[in-house]
Amino acid sequence: MSRLAARFTKLAAENRAALVTYSMAFDPDRAASQELLNGLPAAGADIIEFGMPFTDPMADGPAIQYAAQRALASGGTLKGCLEMVAEFRLTDTETPIILMGYYNPVYSWGPEKFCADAGRAGIDGLILVDLPPEEADELLPHCWANDIDFIFLTTPTSDDARLPVIVGNASGFVYYVSIAGITGTASASASAIGDAVTRIRRHTSLPVCVGFGIKTPEQAAEVARLADGAVVGSAIVAAAFDAKGKGENPARAALALVRELAAGVRGARG
Amino acid sequence: MTSLNTYRAGPDERGHFGIFGGRYVAETLMPLILSVEQAYHQAKDDPAFQAEFRSWLKQYVGRPNPLYFAPRLTATWGGAKIFLKREDLNHTGAHKINNCIGQILLAQRMGKKRIIAETGAGQHGVATATVCALFGLKCVIYMGATDIERQAPNVYRMKLLGAEVRPVTSGAATLKDAMNDALRDWVTNVADTYYLIGTVAGPHPFPAMVRDFQSVIGEEVRAQMLEAEGRLPDSLVACIGGGSNAMGLFHPFLDEPGIRIIGVEAGGHGLDKLHAASLTGGRPGVLHGNRTYLLQDADGQIQEAHSISAGLDYPGIGPEHSWLHDTGRVEYVWVTDDEALAAFQQCTRLEGIIPALESSHAMAHAAKIAGSLPQDHLMVLNLSGRGDKDVNTVARALGDDFGGSL
Repeated sequence: MSRLAARFTKLAAENRAALVTYSMAFDPDRAASQELLNGLPAAGADIIEFGMPFTDPMADGPAIQYAAQRALASGGTLKGCLEMVAEFRLTDTETPIILMGYYNPVYSWGPEKFCADAGRAGIDGLILVDLPPEEADELLPHCWANDIDFIFLTTPTSDDARLPVIVGNASGFVYYVSIAGITGTASASASAIGDAVTRIRRHTSLPVCVGFGIKTPEQAAEVARLADGAVVGSAIVAAAFDAKGKGENPARAALALVRELAAGVRGARG
Repeated sequence: MTSLNTYRAGPDERGHFGIFGGRYVAETLMPLILSVEQAYHQAKDDPAFQAEFRSWLKQYVGRPNPLYFAPRLTATWGGAKIFLKREDLNHTGAHKINNCIGQILLAQRMGKKRIIAETGAGQHGVATATVCALFGLKCVIYMGATDIERQAPNVYRMKLLGAEVRPVTSGAATLKDAMNDALRDWVTNVADTYYLIGTVAGPHPFPAMVRDFQSVIGEEVRAQMLEAEGRLPDSLVACIGGGSNAMGLFHPFLDEPGIRIIGVEAGGHGLDKLHAASLTGGRPGVLHGNRTYLLQDADGQIQEAHSISAGLDYPGIGPEHSWLHDTGRVEYVWVTDDEALAAFQQCTRLEGIIPALESSHAMAHAAKIAGSLPQDHLMVLNLSGRGDKDVNTVARALGDDFGGSL
């Protein structure tokens, strides 16, 4: 069983949703982002999304745009991302890690070689924002050959005609982007999220995790009642950045927020 | 060189030209991209749509514009007969308006009320703002802060036309970054907004659609050259940023085997320094919805382009050009900022025509090769836009005091 499937089985037994965290590799630098990554499971992250920096993050709002610029300025590379995950795996062999980013660095590496190298590093899934089902066929076989789940995105524009196209090749879980927009901006209402999750579940038996616009423990708890996972990204990235600006330890500040979010998610179904 | 039966059949049903093109966009946009494709297919086959498009081109844009024989450039370069396709004489001063007329008619058919666009030199922004004024639609233009500074006259024109110009400060604050922000706007306002892409790039169907709207350039050249000389041209030369003026000129001639076709990229300070020559200096990658040649580092991070011409200052190129490059049907070369600047002055002094800095790149390459060609060689240069917008940039480059002594 893959790490993702094992994790969702365990969470189902506990009758709770996953807290899915996002942080960017190399933001603000390699050491701080490794400290944050290594501390995530103990702080309560059930699944980790690890951001691969890209020069042109078209689906991201300012918080993650600037994080990517900082990451690249501090020497961030795709090779470095894999090395950091390999280092994480020295102490944690159970928490699923999903690399999230844009297709070009992966394409530049070579899809076949990248998936082999990512699998060896201990990566369990990939989210590539600009690789829709129509273009994913050149990558999917290599993902599957290396036991990597390719996580497809559904959105408020995914109607009942579109959903089967998206979930047809999905594995791991289905990500619901809860707003039409970019990361770290607007938030969807609970009723809109609930309706969407219900609709997506009519098309797939995979777990459904919801992201975009979830910033507080209260919002995370609300989503945890409606879906199988709540994804928080920009708020964690911003917490680290704000701490650094105040001369504090960015990893510790971000992990403090993760603990609050985890408490929210764990208490959600009381 | 690979020899195909036709070079005009692409893209395939998935929007691919060989390995290039495609639809690499966020899922939120996919349903809309698919509906643009469907709407365009219907419009393309609808004689009423085509008639309306042609009518606006004639009555509003002022087409057909001349294919002008340039006697003094011909005499000075001392070889090929030089003809200038006068896109600079279009309403708004460049070829960009051809595409904007086509797409604004499509946006109307789709019931979209809000138009967004990116612009580099400002020519596409002005053309988009113009058609939005004409049809009474709300218009938001994304423009890099660097470009706003070097293209101030066009920024003010857009404002006069009623458009909101949003400065983009991320990255190098040029065309690439403006396109990122336009895509972010589109994904956020997907229900009511149409993204009027200005070149033969972006996700399918934009590369093919923009090419089709711009092909009026090459179609007119064919008829005009037959009338003037009784035969087709021997060579075609056009500048390439994204490549829409070039594709518009080239596409109707791609299956004429005797015609030499040359695209001229912006070599900036030279290919060992900062430049914008994606085909010569880049390799295939994925950005802004399509796979194409890109300027990128070893890790797949996109590099900043540089050109004296804001309209060519982009690290990518339309995917069909990438395909034509790899098949060998079109020759792609580059010239430097300095060479373009020299050609700009030469055309201005010899023909009394101030060309856009973009078009001056095509001219600079023509100047290099025309002298070695026979006197019965018919060469068409696409004069894609007029250079009034560039006088500040040129004055600065020449060390002249634009404000005072000129």
